Amino acid sequence: MTGQAEFHAALLDPERPVPPGLIDPARRPAGRRFDVYRNNVAVSLTKALEQGFPLLRDLLGTEFFQAMAGVFLRAHPPQSRMLMFYGAEMPAFLTGFPPVAHLPYLADVARLELALRESYHAADAAPLAHSDLADLSAEEFMAARFGLSPALRLIRSDWPVHGIWSAHARGTPAPSARRPEDVVILRPGLDPAPHLLPAGGAAFITALAAGATVAEALEAAGPLPDLSGLLSILIGGGALTALTRE
Amino acid sequence: MSQHVKTLAVAGALAAALSATVTPATAQDANEKCFGVSLAGQNDCAAGPGTSCAGTSTVDYQGNAWKLVPTGTCATMELPDGRMGSLEALDRDLPQG
Repeated sequence: MTGQAEFHAALLDPERPVPPGLIDPARRPAGRRFDVYRNNVAVSLTKALEQGFPLLRDLLGTEFFQAMAGVFLRAHPPQSRMLMFYGAEMPAFLTGFPPVAHLPYLADVARLELALRESYHAADAAPLAHSDLADLSAEEFMAARFGLSPALRLIRSDWPVHGIWSAHARGTPAPSARRPEDVVILRPGLDPAPHLLPAGGAAFITALAAGATVAEALEAAGPLPDLSGLLSILIGGGALTALTRE
Repeated sequence: MSQHVKTLAVAGALAAALSATVTPATAQDANEKCFGVSLAGQNDCAAGPGTSCAGTSTVDYQGNAWKLVPTGTCATMELPDGRMGSLEALDRDLPQG
């Protein structure tokens, strides 16, 4: 191993000896100093994960979460120097982590928290003005294509992820039964927020994102019992940022 | 449902949605980033995990730290010793060293 590879491997494995050549000012092996550095690496990555996954931490308890973070950070050290996106492997990690095998919804909770973070860091885009939409005739609206905000994220889950998030963030009653939920994350100002989508909403948004007209997206979505509620979420959250008329 | 009736139903849904939502711009423009007004350790700029920007200003009224304030109030904010708030980062009151 080269010096760098040895140094890197020893950073994440407390059983490994101090990399050779590291000395203190008196030219003794700098074991204690390296231990401090090694500890700081693990602690700072654990803190980044705690900040990035506050809901996971609450669901699992801080003690369990921190122990799990220690396993995670050694399996998935950062691939980028930007810690703001650290933890992208968390959903897959949770799926394969035996101690949480009895909590199968955790991976989707992690996807929701990652998506909130991505939305936070996504580029700004000015939403369409109300008048842009109000000026459309019914036929023009059906034929329109919409550009969507870069901060929009869609999560489709077999679990009530929005209910779990809402119980944590807003103190609503925790969901008691398994049910699928689709969530759209929107960021009208600086803070992203998840919204529970009505039936057909996710398919409608997916079709719009792929460049479909409103009429085509309605066709793709199938029955949309609460189209008005869906449009309220999208308009209120600043999701529609560009309009192409036929 | 005929195409015409469907189009009218969709238009009705859009009208309802428009009246149900406040203009997004209103919510968005409620605050602005104001540089040079926050007390040490009280700045906003809530960056993501791993970074530690929020609450890291070390000097009162630090020029490169911002705080969210109601829109339109930043530039008129008067602070001790003739300082004013600014929508752009300032080079006054930076930490030494």
